[in-house]
Amino acid sequence: MIEVRGLTKRFGSTLAVDNLSFDVPPGVVTGFLGPNGAGKSTTMRVILGLDRPTSGTALVHGRTYAHARSPMREVGALLDAKDVHGGRSARSHLLAMAQSNGIPASRVDEVLELVGMQAVAKRRIKGFSLGMSQRLGIAGTMLGDPQVLLFDEPVNGLDPEGILWIRNFMKGLAAQGRTVFVSSHLMSEMALTADHLVVIGRGRLIADVSTADFIAGGSTNHVRVRSPQQAELATALQAKGIETATVDGYLEVRGITCDEVGDLAAANSFTIHELFQERASLEEAFMELTRDSVEYHAPTPGESVGPPEPVVTNAPEVPQ
Amino acid sequence: MSAQTAAPSSQAATHADHAGGSTLPRVMRSEWTKLFSVRSTAWTLLALVAATIGLGILACWGTNHAWPQSSPGDRLNFDPVSTSMSGLALGQLAIAVLGVMVISAEYSTGGVRVTFTTVPNRMRVLTAKALVFTGVSLVVGLATAFGAFYAGQVWFSKRGIGASLGDPGVLRAVIGGGLYVAASGLFGLAMGMLLRRTAGAVTAAVALLLVVPPLTNILPGGWGDAVVRYFTSNAGQQISYVHQNGNYLSPWVGFGVYCLWWIVPLAFGAWLVQRRDA
Repeated sequence: MIEVRGLTKRFGSTLAVDNLSFDVPPGVVTGFLGPNGAGKSTTMRVILGLDRPTSGTALVHGRTYAHARSPMREVGALLDAKDVHGGRSARSHLLAMAQSNGIPASRVDEVLELVGMQAVAKRRIKGFSLGMSQRLGIAGTMLGDPQVLLFDEPVNGLDPEGILWIRNFMKGLAAQGRTVFVSSHLMSEMALTADHLVVIGRGRLIADVSTADFIAGGSTNHVRVRSPQQAELATALQAKGIETATVDGYLEVRGITCDEVGDLAAANSFTIHELFQERASLEEAFMELTRDSVEYHAPTPGESVGPPEPVVTNAPEVPQ
Repeated sequence: MSAQTAAPSSQAATHADHAGGSTLPRVMRSEWTKLFSVRSTAWTLLALVAATIGLGILACWGTNHAWPQSSPGDRLNFDPVSTSMSGLALGQLAIAVLGVMVISAEYSTGGVRVTFTTVPNRMRVLTAKALVFTGVSLVVGLATAFGAFYAGQVWFSKRGIGASLGDPGVLRAVIGGGLYVAASGLFGLAMGMLLRRTAGAVTAAVALLLVVPPLTNILPGGWGDAVVRYFTSNAGQQISYVHQNGNYLSPWVGFGVYCLWWIVPLAFGAWLVQRRDA
């Protein structure tokens, strides 16, 4: 369990994290989503005690991580896979990590096997591809068999096979009841991996919702219809209190299903040439949400510049 | 590879038995592994030994060769021990560079974030680094000093002008040479902690230990003499001389002053590392 409360981090004049509060519950994969520069890495660094918060707190198991007695058995974190001395072998790197927490050397071989790196254990990290470095970093997080895991953009630079592997790996960890917190700027990736989403933009909380709700709540879910009697159809819809708009020659209708539009057209004997539901892609839903937070900092004169209301629903039940 | 492989290890129970966490001895073991699992450590230590002993042999050979032509004054000031340890001027730089790297390599590679995540108690990490590095530089420094001493005396003993460990002040000077090497390493460590960047810290160490000390001689008057006397290696190297020059500090006082030159920045650097974002 990770609890972030009123977290603010300022670098000089830049406000990287702005009064951020959210929970990361155990048993699910929680995605930490936001555009580049939204403050995801900074938040993770504060949780790990690497950066000092300007104000607010970040607690792991109810206390700040800096006071962890057995750090690697409590938290495993992979911030940047390239944060290693390239002159060291994979095994030496992991061994030094293990020794610092009194973890036996045999566990080093176990985690090397876990990520499929036994064959390159003695090779120097310098020659590793980004994918191999990511696997090495993941091996490091598992040394202490911790209950809380943080991964910052773990699929960056990976090939499809590697992405699939990490995705399944993280789901497996959550299924064992661990707390898994993974950041990404790719909505499509998070939709496949995360059960719950914490979305931030410009350091502010935008949404704290289940992934399913986030996808369903995409505000661009609408029906498009093309008809020779388009104006009459629009009038009939408006008479029922439904908003319509003409876009690219289509009539765009919100808050109504395809079936209902078809029934209404049939009842009025309108001819329909085309009728379909247009779903916003996840990327669009995500960009629509985060765009507001970006625009907040560059308002045009006369425009209202209030921050968007955070969308907050309860965290999903922990699967048994 | 499937998700099932993430199952808790068979050693999960064993881990609980080791739940003492990141104690100082454990972190020291980790730092030892870090120090000797990169090739640069072995190369730097080899350079230290080779340069110090090699340069010492060269100096002793040259002095011995020129002995018949040397003036009575030169012969009076002749110190067979310090001549054999002439290479300390280079050796101090090699160990200082290693000291810098112990810290700066963590920052330049980003490894410091892994280090401070696995051991969030930064003071414990810095203490472990300092203790392990002090031990290594003391052992290597003493071995080098004794090596340089014996190798150098080979030339002088033929002529009967060499020193032996039993002579007054000789043992102190040879051990002092080793102590001086270790202190120079800690000077580098302090610069690394303070500046975090390899290039800056190495430049500072070279300037303060090798370049500036002889330049202090151009300062005029009594205060100029004081600066000369108390400046880094001018103070520190006295412990490796048998023949004392009255213008300089006595061996142990000089070494104490030299230690202040690294203790103060080391303490300040450690305080900064604790405060700064990693």
